[in-house]
Amino acid sequence: MTQFLALLLRNRLAAAGGIVLLVVVVLAVLTPVLPLANPDATDTANRFQPALSRAHLLGTDHLGRDLLSRLLWGTRLSLAVGFAAAIFAATLGAAIGIIAGYFGGRTDNLIMRGVDMLMAFPYILLALAIVAALGPGLGNALIAVAAVNIPFFARNIRGVTVGLAHKEFVDAARLSGLGHGRIILTEILPNVVPVIVIAMSTTIGWMILETAGLSFLGLGSQPPQADLGSMLGEARSALITNPLTSIVPGAMILVIVMGINLLGDGVRDALDPRLRSGALTRPMPATRVDRPTPPPAETEEGGAVLALSDLQTQFHVKKRVYKAVGGASLAVRPGECLGIIGESGSGKSVTALSVMGLVASPPGVITAGAARYDGQDLIGARYETLRRLRGDRIAYIFQDPLATLHPLYKVGDQLVEAIRCHRTVSKAEAWQRAIDLLKQVRIPNAESRASSFPHEMSGGMRQRVGIAMAMANDPDVIIADEPTTALDVTVQAQILSLLNDLRRERGLAIVFITHDFGVVGQLCDRIAVMYAGRIVEQGPTEAILTTPAHPYTRRLIACVPELGEGRRKLEAIPGLPPAVDRLDPGCAFAPRCEKARAACLTGEIALAGSGQRAVRCLFPETEIPSEQSA
Amino acid sequence: MTGYILKRLLSAIPVLLGITVIVFLIMALIPGDPALAILGSYATPENVAKLNRDLGLDAPLVARYFIWLGNMLQGDFGQSFALNRPVLDEVLERFSATLLLAGVSFVLCAVLGIAAGVISAARQYGMADKAITFVVLLGISIPSFFLGMMMILIFAVDLRWFPVSGMKMAYGGGGFVDVARHLVMPALALSVVATGVVARLSRGAMLEVLRQDYIRTARAKGVGEGRVIWGHALRSAMVSIIPVLGIQAGFVLSGAVYIEMVFQWPGVGRMLVDAILKRDILLVQGGVVFVAACYVLFNIAVDVAQSLLDPRIKT
Repeated sequence: MTQFLALLLRNRLAAAGGIVLLVVVVLAVLTPVLPLANPDATDTANRFQPALSRAHLLGTDHLGRDLLSRLLWGTRLSLAVGFAAAIFAATLGAAIGIIAGYFGGRTDNLIMRGVDMLMAFPYILLALAIVAALGPGLGNALIAVAAVNIPFFARNIRGVTVGLAHKEFVDAARLSGLGHGRIILTEILPNVVPVIVIAMSTTIGWMILETAGLSFLGLGSQPPQADLGSMLGEARSALITNPLTSIVPGAMILVIVMGINLLGDGVRDALDPRLRSGALTRPMPATRVDRPTPPPAETEEGGAVLALSDLQTQFHVKKRVYKAVGGASLAVRPGECLGIIGESGSGKSVTALSVMGLVASPPGVITAGAARYDGQDLIGARYETLRRLRGDRIAYIFQDPLATLHPLYKVGDQLVEAIRCHRTVSKAEAWQRAIDLLKQVRIPNAESRASSFPHEMSGGMRQRVGIAMAMANDPDVIIADEPTTALDVTVQAQILSLLNDLRRERGLAIVFITHDFGVVGQLCDRIAVMYAGRIVEQGPTEAILTTPAHPYTRRLIACVPELGEGRRKLEAIPGLPPAVDRLDPGCAFAPRCEKARAACLTGEIALAGSGQRAVRCLFPETEIPSEQSA
Repeated sequence: MTGYILKRLLSAIPVLLGITVIVFLIMALIPGDPALAILGSYATPENVAKLNRDLGLDAPLVARYFIWLGNMLQGDFGQSFALNRPVLDEVLERFSATLLLAGVSFVLCAVLGIAAGVISAARQYGMADKAITFVVLLGISIPSFFLGMMMILIFAVDLRWFPVSGMKMAYGGGGFVDVARHLVMPALALSVVATGVVARLSRGAMLEVLRQDYIRTARAKGVGEGRVIWGHALRSAMVSIIPVLGIQAGFVLSGAVYIEMVFQWPGVGRMLVDAILKRDILLVQGGVVFVAACYVLFNIAVDVAQSLLDPRIKT
């Protein structure tokens, strides 16, 4: 609660709205004791006095009545009617909603049909019909406004009640023999009240506007009694000659409703946990780059098509800094497949996404390093440069193709778009190419499948579409981010062999991200093992699988079950990967490592080794010669 | 698709019947004797009884409902006693004026609201976003009738850009340009609130969609940012925007009542208010049922549009 209030106050607009509203309400409450003229005392000799005139701070209206006094009395009336209508609507609506939600079945069906029926009206028609039947008057306008808002409350509260009606504590109450009335009052109602209050705070502004509207039309308060709406309605005939009498009540309605809206927004924001964490921000077209140090010089990597050097990517959430990638150096040559392996949260995906600026930003920031494609640094490159390379020279295949393909476009059209982003070809040509691509990834009936939507395909099929899309422009590099994780084993094998063929046929470089050593063994020439945002071991697949050097790699391999053998003990790694917002100096794996010693926790440990193999460990499992060993 | 439309139309029948029942019941609450209201307070009891018989008001409630319903189904909405002409003729004539006003406002609120919401989301926390958020807050807080009055003061009286009120010039007017000039201010004033609501919702929907994985896929393909926002993201966001447009159509239709009063627009809203003040019951009943029915049909059109947009909806 205090946290909620603090949030509300931190929202300056909401606080301002609340203060304005408070002032208006206090004035309205104090109106009877303020030294004001009689609001209904007419004085036709002094009609339309200007503002700040003698004895009339805001002037007078068309009957010579004091405008300030009428304004305050009118405000009082409008607020009272608005609140009364809100309470009326909330109480009745909640009662209907609770009954429908609690009893369910036929009662629910019948009530909700009726509610739907009422909601089929534009609200004013219903309000007008009610006023027509009851006759004009403020009380009747109040009833009409409350009545048209009942369905809204009924529906909201019913939804919440349905969720509660089958909770354990309600069942327990029922079993202990409590009657329905008691259960509703003691178990359901207390849980529903907050929802009612929130719904009220969002609708009360509307109710004040609606009653003012009915009064404006002459169907609400009747002379001489006046709320803000009827003041405005009466002033309308003199709008052109004496605008002040219209502006005063109109501006007051505006101030009240705006205050309520500001406050209501603040309440909603403070209650919505997603906004609280700042998660509801949209990612920018490219990841933000804030690189205080100049990028490291280009290293001679023997014809690498893509080379990362000391890449660092962080997530800045409020005051916390999560070092998702803490300096990664990798290189991949044409025709080569590099596997990046690690647990969830080890930074392997972020590394891959950083290359093309696809890390969601905010909160992502690339803070150091370089990612060179053909010698050109992509970090900090202009957006247009990045866009031209994306999908054309460096393409991505993502995990979970149901979420990564656009649900509302046909897969053929999504392929066509990928082609036409980079080449000027006619739609028909591109469509033909799309079908060819689908055939290449061995989708049967490619011609008709191109017209399918993603949700009409199986998971394996969708992943093939994802691969086809990555292949659309014959890229030099494909970065595959766990492309087979969501698939079953047989489909996984097919996809892997497909990627393998493509690589051999076209000299494609593949960066393959996975947490699965089995997959790595089938496809990758070399492996980089990541832990807590850093590469802890790197080398040829065969060498790492047989003689892992880093204790972490060894433990990770020990986690992989083997078919048929059953001799080796499966060992889970105790503990969890560290939180990357407060990494201690030294080896990040040390707290989970059985070989850790004091030296492991002091200072930076370098990735030692040379050429093919390297390890970031003071006490490696296998000695790696510091000179070329491959 | 035809099957889906038919199914939706069939499902509208109970709703439409329900509307007639609700309207009829509300009207049946009216205290006092309608015949007396028509004839005035000097009527003799014999005359009142005769008129009641002529109007069929002596029949039981249920019978009266079915007579009224049966007549309406044959296109006979009864006779307005205050205007002394068939209710349907009056309603149709007035509704066409309202349809023009509300239709233009609705298009305005949809186009402006979505555009504002999309720009706001794409420039989240930027200057454009802050400006739009502020204007939207003002827009949803200002009573449309007050806004209309202020617009008259500024743009009609001071600047003389547009006529003060009415739908066409009294003499020699009525051409397209004339009506369009008369339409600008009321249509704008009417669209403001709905525009604000649509803009807010669109912003939220866009922010939600822009975080989705398939937006990242589009960017990874090299799709330009303009197409990512206005194509990929907006198309998905429309799935949650369209239902709100359907609701906003009801608000625009409702707001039209006030705007018609302010701008002396000869629409169905003003007709209803006049009819209420004159206790012209059949005109109120007929008008409400007719407009509500149009609204129900419009919402079916919205559902159909939704199903065309989203292939995942089972039709």
